[in-house]
Order: sequence, then C-alpha cells, then structure tokens
Amino acid sequence: MHTALKLAVVGAGLLIGACSNIQPWVKPYERDRLADPIMSWERDAISGAYLDHIYESREGSRGATGTAGGGCGCN
Amino acid sequence: MLPDDRADVFWSSYKGGGMDITGESVLVRKKFSEQFSVQGNYFIDKVSGASVDVLSNASVIKDERKQKSLSVDYIHDKTQYNLSYTNSTERDYISNTTHVSLSQDMFGDLTTITLGFTTSRDKVGENNGKSFAPVIAWLGHATSRSYEGGLSQVITKNLIAGVNLEVVTDQGLLSNPYRSIRYLDTTVPLGYSLGTQIYPNTHTSTAVEARAKYYLPYRAAASVSYRYFSDTWGIRANTIELDYTQPLSDKFIFEGRVRHYSQNQATFYSDLFPFQDSQNFMARDQNLAASTNNSFAAKVTWAFAPQGFLIFKRATTSFDVSRIQFKYGDFRNIKAYSIANGYAPGTEPLYGFDAMVYQVYISLFF
Repeated sequence: MHTALKLAVVGAGLLIGACSNIQPWVKPYERDRLADPIMSWERDAISGAYLDHIYESREGSRGATGTAGGGCGCN
Repeated sequence: MLPDDRADVFWSSYKGGGMDITGESVLVRKKFSEQFSVQGNYFIDKVSGASVDVLSNASVIKDERKQKSLSVDYIHDKTQYNLSYTNSTERDYISNTTHVSLSQDMFGDLTTITLGFTTSRDKVGENNGKSFAPVIAWLGHATSRSYEGGLSQVITKNLIAGVNLEVVTDQGLLSNPYRSIRYLDTTVPLGYSLGTQIYPNTHTSTAVEARAKYYLPYRAAASVSYRYFSDTWGIRANTIELDYTQPLSDKFIFEGRVRHYSQNQATFYSDLFPFQDSQNFMARDQNLAASTNNSFAAKVTWAFAPQGFLIFKRATTSFDVSRIQFKYGDFRNIKAYSIANGYAPGTEPLYGFDAMVYQVYISLFF
C-alpha cells in the first residue's frame, strides 16, 4: 500500500474517532442569540431570490448563493 | 425544525440601463404537521425597454415573465428533505426546473450539511415580430445540471459560519439571440457591421462562497460573505458583501448592505472583432465583458402588528432600496456614440449605468 494511502486511512480513522467524541460546545440553552431572526442567513426568501435573479441576469457568474431560480432574464 | 407559516405579498421595481421592470409576487408557506410543509410562489415580471446591446440590434421590448414554483419540505429526525419544481414562461423563453436537496443536522445540531441537485430544461426562442404582434421562432434548447453542497457551522454562541459550493454544467443553445457581435467593416458608413454570436454549446462553472454572521454585544448582527467563481469560458469573478442588521424596539429592524462584484471577460468575448468570422466562437454579450458593479442598499422592516391580529401571530411590512452602479471594462456604448458624432469604431466611451431597485412587501406570519 502506498504511504499516501496509508496516511489517508489513518487520517480518516482519527477523524471518525475524533468526531464520535465531539461534545456540543455551544449548549442548547446558549443558543438564544443564534435563534434571533436577525441571525438568520436570509430573513425574507422572496426578497433574496429576487435580488439573486437581478444579479444573475446581469453578471457572468452564478451559483453558491443558496437559492435556485429559473428563466432567462436576458433582455 | 420547519420554518414558520407565512404569506408575503411583494412588489418590486428595477430601473436602469434603459430597462424598466416591475415585479409582483405572492408566496405562501404552510405547515401541515410538524414534519411536512408546502410552499407556493407566483412571480410576474413586466419588462419594457431593452438593454444597450439589445437596442443596438432590435426594437424596444415589452414582455413579461411568469414564474410558478411549488416546494415541499419533509423532516424526519435530524434530516430535512426538499423537493421543488419551478416553471418560468416568457413568450420566447420557457424554463422548467426541478430541485432536490437534503440537510442533515449533526454534532449536537452545531453542524448542518446540505446536498442538492437541480436540473432544468429551457426552450429558447426569438421574437421576430413586434412586441404587440409577436412572431416567435423557437431556436433550440438548453439543459442545465447543478450540484450543490453546503456546510453551516455554529462556532460560538455569537458566531455562525458557512461554506457553499455549486458546480453547474449547461449544454445546448447558450447565447442570447437578441445580442450581436460587431466587427470592423469599412464598406459601410458606420465602420462596423453586426453579426450573430456563436457560443460553445457547453459551459461548466464552479462557485464557492464562504460567509459568517456575528451577533454583536448589543442586539445587532453583522455578516460578511465572499464568493469566488470560475468557468470554462475563462471568466473569474469575485463577490464580497457586508451586511449590518440593527433592530429598534420590537417594531423596527434596519439593515444596510454593501456589495462589490468584479469579473474579467470570457475568452471569446470582444467588443469589436477585426473582421467577419474572425473566430470560431464570438460573443459581445455585456454579461461576458469585464465589469465591476457596486451595490448600496438599505432596508427597514416595520412590525405594524407585532402582537398579531385575526389569525395572524405577527405582521410586518418591509421597504428595501438598492442602488447598483455597473461599469464595463471593455464594452462600449454604441447606442449613444458613433462615427456620426466623432467616435470611430472601438473609440466610443465605455458603457456604464446606475440602476435603482425598490422592493415593498407585506409579510403575515400565522
């Protein structure tokens, strides 16, 4: 077995072992601030989708914004 | 946990670059149990005018786009499944999109991983008639597949961060039939002629976005996001956005946003080709030109019924205004300038414009 492959297997094993021991470091009762609506990624989906469409129709790039749309919007 | 039931009634206006677009939309989201919710959205865009490169080759456009979507969410244990379907119809463009995704909470709900897949099939046409008497020639199809992955991570009790990755691959008729290339032509008074764009019939892009949101020591939130984009047409783009949200009592939420975007041009783009058929692929679509844009936006949400009324638990109205300044690095304004007013082909001033975007909507939570 190649050294790189051995290292990958050992690394994956360590990662899985480490993950199984992870304890939530932010307890449920400490999440009141994160639950505040001002902390949501997108408070108003209807507005977020509209703005994404505006940019996507006028720029050469697209994607990775967390919303899906349709149409040409090319005029 | 599924999001709250809500209904939104939305109105928007976009003015800029010769375009005047108004939008109206209704969105309703309803839970039918703790595990199952349905969302429906109807959106109608009314367009008049045409952007500068369209106007250089065609008449003024009046059109509308109707978009309908239906989305279903189902939660089982720590996993949320989503299935949605969207149909978007214009006289000369029809798009059908299907999206599936699943999100998994793990590590004590501090981590959420999302995987998604979207497929769409578009029918592309061209109106060879007038706005009031369209004659549509259907030119072909374009298909698209998108693969999405996301990670959202609670870092501290005040900080949340996330990464999104999306790879999109398209095939088919990918050019905009209303846009043209131009090439030097000494046989005509203008000094240039217009020709048909020729695009590759495949396109693959990769976008990665990283973002973080922080709850400030007083009740307010600040966020930052950065996206890097690259595609097989040679475009590289960077987007950075900053956002600040400040509530005031339980009645108002104020928000300010700043966004900066820049991209280089596609490898087969040119504002002015040296002669007819000078390359196998040719584009002069302003979306593929080198460009930057800056957005400045403000939003206020007013809870006009914070304690609710009738069947509604809460009701808000929002007003959002954005100013977007577009500047192009290699796309010239051939609508306003030509050899007739002293500008030889290729010396016309570079194009740029400012757009104003207004959104007003009422949100009812029930």
